[in-house]
Amino acid sequence: MSSLTLQSATKHFGAVTAVADLDLDVHDGEFFVLLGPSGAGKTTTLRLAAGLETPDQGRVLMDGQDVTHLPPAPRDVAFVFQQYSLYPHLTVFDNIAFPLRSAMRRVDAGELKRRVERVAETLHLESKLQRKATALSGGEMQRVAIGRALVREPRVFLMDEPLSSLDAKLREELRAELKALQRRTGATVLYVTHDQVEATTLADRIAILEDGRVKQVGTPREIYDQPRCLHVAQRLGSPAFNVLPVSWFEGSVDPRTVHVGIRPEDVELAAGDGPSHFDVIECSLVKHLIVAERGGVEVRIRRVMDRAFAPGDRVHVSFPLKNCLRFDADGRRLDT
Amino acid sequence: MAEIRINRLRKSFSDFVAVKDSSLVLEDGRFVVLLGPSGCGKTTTLRMIAGLEYPSSGQILLDGEDVTWRRPRERDIAMVFQLFALYPHMGVRENLEFPLRNEGLPRAEIDRRIGEVAGILRIEHLLDGRIGGLSGGDRQRVALGRAIVRQPKAFLMDEPLGTLDAEFRELMCVELRKLHDRLKTTTVFVTHDQNEAMALADHIVVMNQGEILQSDTPEGVYNFPSCLFVARFIGRPAMNLLPLDERVMADWDTVRVAGADITVPTPLASVQRALLGVRPEHVNLRPAGEGIAAQVAQVEYFGSHWVASLATAAGNVCALVSKETAPAVGDAVGITFDTQRTVLFDASTEQIIPSATTLAHHAGKAPCQA
Repeated sequence: MSSLTLQSATKHFGAVTAVADLDLDVHDGEFFVLLGPSGAGKTTTLRLAAGLETPDQGRVLMDGQDVTHLPPAPRDVAFVFQQYSLYPHLTVFDNIAFPLRSAMRRVDAGELKRRVERVAETLHLESKLQRKATALSGGEMQRVAIGRALVREPRVFLMDEPLSSLDAKLREELRAELKALQRRTGATVLYVTHDQVEATTLADRIAILEDGRVKQVGTPREIYDQPRCLHVAQRLGSPAFNVLPVSWFEGSVDPRTVHVGIRPEDVELAAGDGPSHFDVIECSLVKHLIVAERGGVEVRIRRVMDRAFAPGDRVHVSFPLKNCLRFDADGRRLDT
Repeated sequence: MAEIRINRLRKSFSDFVAVKDSSLVLEDGRFVVLLGPSGCGKTTTLRMIAGLEYPSSGQILLDGEDVTWRRPRERDIAMVFQLFALYPHMGVRENLEFPLRNEGLPRAEIDRRIGEVAGILRIEHLLDGRIGGLSGGDRQRVALGRAIVRQPKAFLMDEPLGTLDAEFRELMCVELRKLHDRLKTTTVFVTHDQNEAMALADHIVVMNQGEILQSDTPEGVYNFPSCLFVARFIGRPAMNLLPLDERVMADWDTVRVAGADITVPTPLASVQRALLGVRPEHVNLRPAGEGIAAQVAQVEYFGSHWVASLATAAGNVCALVSKETAPAVGDAVGITFDTQRTVLFDASTEQIIPSATTLAHHAGKAPCQA
């Protein structure tokens, strides 16, 4: 395994700047997630790391060694895509074995069998090895695609939304498996997603990407608890971060404050009427979620409840100042 | 406005029984969700209420009137399908007017109703446009508008949100619920999605393999699942179901799980083999030595909370842990439960064991049962 570094990497496509002056430092053995909306530059960053694109400026290093102008093959990275492109006419065994049979590697038959079987066991595919790839479910196909990357024992894994084409249940299963697998093997993984749940559950560290720039890097807890700007605060969290009118806090916050935000689980809630009541719009026991409205502002509250509020019920909502985050006109977090 | 009553309704397709002698009362003005996995009989039940299928036996009453053998259009019920069949060659207004064409209404009344519906659904600005140019969500609204413009006695909806993406589905859930709160028209809504069911329903009917397993409020199905199937089907992560070490004794409020004494709401029956059910949010992490001995096997961080998988002698227990705590894999911990939030199931019949809390729940329950 290997570390992976991008130094001041910039990549333009015509007039579009996909990645701007981007610094990234993925440690050896780290599960590193790039999180951002589509168009943020996630995939371009991944392709720069793979050698599928060359940066206009800046450098790519692996284990401290400059690989900026090295083609993909000698970098020895394995790519897993969202769309598992398996060979439909081959069996699961042959699909996984495929990279080992390339002219570059040429692993002998006994060793090949041993490695394929070990990978199959890791991914719970032992019983499926002789099946045709097309006879598999979506989740199994993606497991085979991951297996094909795993069997190569590459220096770095690059994964581009590998779970996003699976249904919710499979995604959850494979997510947990992927994390356990990475822990066990100590693999270096650079993983791209727009799904914040994947980011917080999988990552050792997350980089929040927006408009081709890194907004913040940190552990999931650092980013969730201490966002540096409003964009980052809104990027993580489900139900989403509440942004409240500053007029609700007049006199009690720094005068530079333009936005006040609070996490749904930090909002306090009591049943009942009162001069500052909110109207319940939506309530779900399963999602532990209440959405309430006052003066056109919707507030999301996360709470384990014994019984659900009905739409139209009145509740009393408060926002403890110690739990509120304040932001200035540029969306920068104001220190508290 | 209508009350829908179904009596011992049965439907078989050759030797397959899709609906098994189901009885239900759907009260006037309620939003009732039929919830279950595919093939559970929910759509067949809905289609019989609509008149699109005729039952093999049983009866359907609309406001006390037997409509079992009436044709769909004689029932004054509007069916909203999964894939909304709008007429693409007609404009938005024509689509909305279509159901009123044969009703012999004066022009002014038609215009008034269209205006009202468009206002409710906020599609006034689309009225003079064409269907072809609309987004998926606007099409959905037009289709909803077409259903409500007739002012039927009841709405029947078969997974109407099934084809929308997740974010938009949530928006439409809120929209539908608001619409219902305004119109108060009896609505029967079929879905396999528990989030939709919990967000929309006054009343949930859980079905599986043609049978009604529970007919209850959202709280009822969540807090007091009638059987193991409902317990597993509703709630994510799923309810923990832990085998008891010893039998359950009536009027004895202590059971043994993984070698520890656990206080539960007093059971009202003795049962040889039983399971304790507790939802992940009612599992508490305590210092080792308290409650059930456990080891943290896996943790996932979600920002607002952690989900921890805890290995015990009774199997893995899933717990929702507050964000302030940071459980670490390998930690030795103790587990306790929120006593009032535990339920017991008979392992052989798979039914809930009546207890002090289930009794109180059923006593206070709104009547929506046959």
